[in-house]
Amino acid sequence: MAVVEVRNLVKEYESGKVRAVDGVDLATKEGEYLVLLGPSGCGKTTLLRTIAGLEHPTAGDVVIDDQIVTALPPRARKVAMVFQSYALYPHKSVHANIVFPLRAAKMPPEERERKASWAAELLGIHHLMARKPRQLSGGERQRVALARALVREPQVFLLDEPLSNLDAKLRASARDELKRFQQEVGTTTIYVTHDQVEAMGLGDRIVVLSHGKVRQIGKPHEVYDDPADTFVATFIGSPPMNLVTRGDQLVGFRPEHLMPAAAVIKDAQPMKLNVERLEYLSGDRHVYGTLTGIGEPTRVIARLPATVTEPIAAGMDYDFAVSRERLRFFDAATGLRTTDGES
Amino acid sequence: MTGVRRIADREGTLAWLFLMPSVVYIIALVGLPFILAVGFALSDVTTGDPSFDFVGVRNFDAIFDDPVFWRSLGNTFMFTGISMVFIVIFGKVLANILVADFKGKWFVRFLILLPWTTPVTLGAISWLWLLDSIFSPIDWLLRQVGLLGEQGSLLGNGSNMYWLGEPGLAMGSVIAVHVWRLTPLAAVIMMAGLVAIPRDLEEAARVDGAGYWRRMFEVTIPLTLPVIAVSALFGAIFTFTDMAVVDVLTNGGPNNATQVLTSWAFFRGIDGGDVGQGAAVALFLFPLLLAAAIAILRAVRKLEVR
Repeated sequence: MAVVEVRNLVKEYESGKVRAVDGVDLATKEGEYLVLLGPSGCGKTTLLRTIAGLEHPTAGDVVIDDQIVTALPPRARKVAMVFQSYALYPHKSVHANIVFPLRAAKMPPEERERKASWAAELLGIHHLMARKPRQLSGGERQRVALARALVREPQVFLLDEPLSNLDAKLRASARDELKRFQQEVGTTTIYVTHDQVEAMGLGDRIVVLSHGKVRQIGKPHEVYDDPADTFVATFIGSPPMNLVTRGDQLVGFRPEHLMPAAAVIKDAQPMKLNVERLEYLSGDRHVYGTLTGIGEPTRVIARLPATVTEPIAAGMDYDFAVSRERLRFFDAATGLRTTDGES
Repeated sequence: MTGVRRIADREGTLAWLFLMPSVVYIIALVGLPFILAVGFALSDVTTGDPSFDFVGVRNFDAIFDDPVFWRSLGNTFMFTGISMVFIVIFGKVLANILVADFKGKWFVRFLILLPWTTPVTLGAISWLWLLDSIFSPIDWLLRQVGLLGEQGSLLGNGSNMYWLGEPGLAMGSVIAVHVWRLTPLAAVIMMAGLVAIPRDLEEAARVDGAGYWRRMFEVTIPLTLPVIAVSALFGAIFTFTDMAVVDVLTNGGPNNATQVLTSWAFFRGIDGGDVGQGAAVALFLFPLLLAAAIAILRAVRKLEVR
């Protein structure tokens, strides 16, 4: 177990024309599951690869367990990485794939076998040891890749979108397995994804990245309930947070907090919703419409849970409300969060 | 307008239309000469008497009785085998240089590919000068370094090596020129194989703690093995079927020490005028080349399966 830290990390490409990582500072906690979340091109994979030692930063340092490893090659860092493609060696059997890092570490054969056996047991792939990667399903490949990462007992796991090659059904169960696996071995893990569901479900903390910069670091509920700026507010949550312009401020609230007035009990901020369209999604009703009464007329989405049974029809006006404690305020010019209630 | 489109729509006709030039080419320049060679090999045709008389396997009996034929056959295999090994090793090294990213790589790539772009005979003539019995710059260099020309020098006290005059050195020279000429082709083929390896695999091996040599021998080479096989076989076939290097460099000499099947067939059949025997010698190449071609196709198939 170890703490991974990056200090003011910058990675430029094409001699400074592109800044993939732009001054990132962050530190994991011991044994933490840290998720790097952001849209494609935000620099999250570059950041992960820099921690692995596959990229050299233009400036800044990578620190693993209080040791600056910026100049060290990947193999000296005791990190293990699971690639998006799993990068299993296609010409080697599952067993040979798993012991490869151990052979590279010049471990004696008996110990090697013991370790491989232990990893295979933990991931339930004992029966696959003789097969070649091409004879495995996507989920099995992922487990082999995890086993290969695990046998070395690394200080840190680096996972680069390991679920994105699985089909939707498998992904949910693989996500669950991944979480249980990490809790069992307790190794510090940095996980890159563009999928907020994965991030919210897996992460002890989430780092939201955009254009190579950290927008917010926090526990899943913090990032969701108290976004640091409008980027985080709209990137996380599906449908995203509604933002209504009021003067030089933006008023934000989650779709599930916008409810028919009768359903909001305490300290309600009343508003009017002209309903345009309804969607019925897994028990919830998504109501699309134009909101008036708290700022400029804005198209918003309300998500009504199955427990709210008020009849709502398209083309009609309704009284809606948001509980005042659920309102978030952002500066219209910078997009940054401003003090609540300063309205 | 509509007529043009109609022709373009008839894929069966188009297929034939496009295939026709190469079919004609192969029949006229490969098929007919091959049948002709089989015919000549079984006849007593000479340049002096072109009338065709069937003589059965008499030409084959004659060449089997000729020690020069056996020498040529042995040389052909030896030249091909040894140069193939060097072509693969140097080709692999050069391929690594070709894919590497460094300053001035375009110039280095140009230099590496130069021998392949030079016509064989032109290259061989330059080598003829380099290996000249009196004015060889290689000898001059050896003399300057003190390896040659003085009492007790490593390579003897003579003033020249006579690269093409001594049987052993002549064979070495022929092999060296083959290697020099075919290595770039092998390098380019292997480079294509190297580029096709997913970058993830190399990086995974680096993170897994593998050093340069382990990555090379456990990841890169096994994954490029089919491509290496293709380049080796190409090298083999080009060496096997080439007579220009031997012809220009040594003319088969000294005393038939560097004679190969192709050059021997040419000397027998064209220079010597015994077309029947020349054809019989040349036909000897056929089953060997057929086997090589099948091996290439199988290696390529394996490449596709992966």
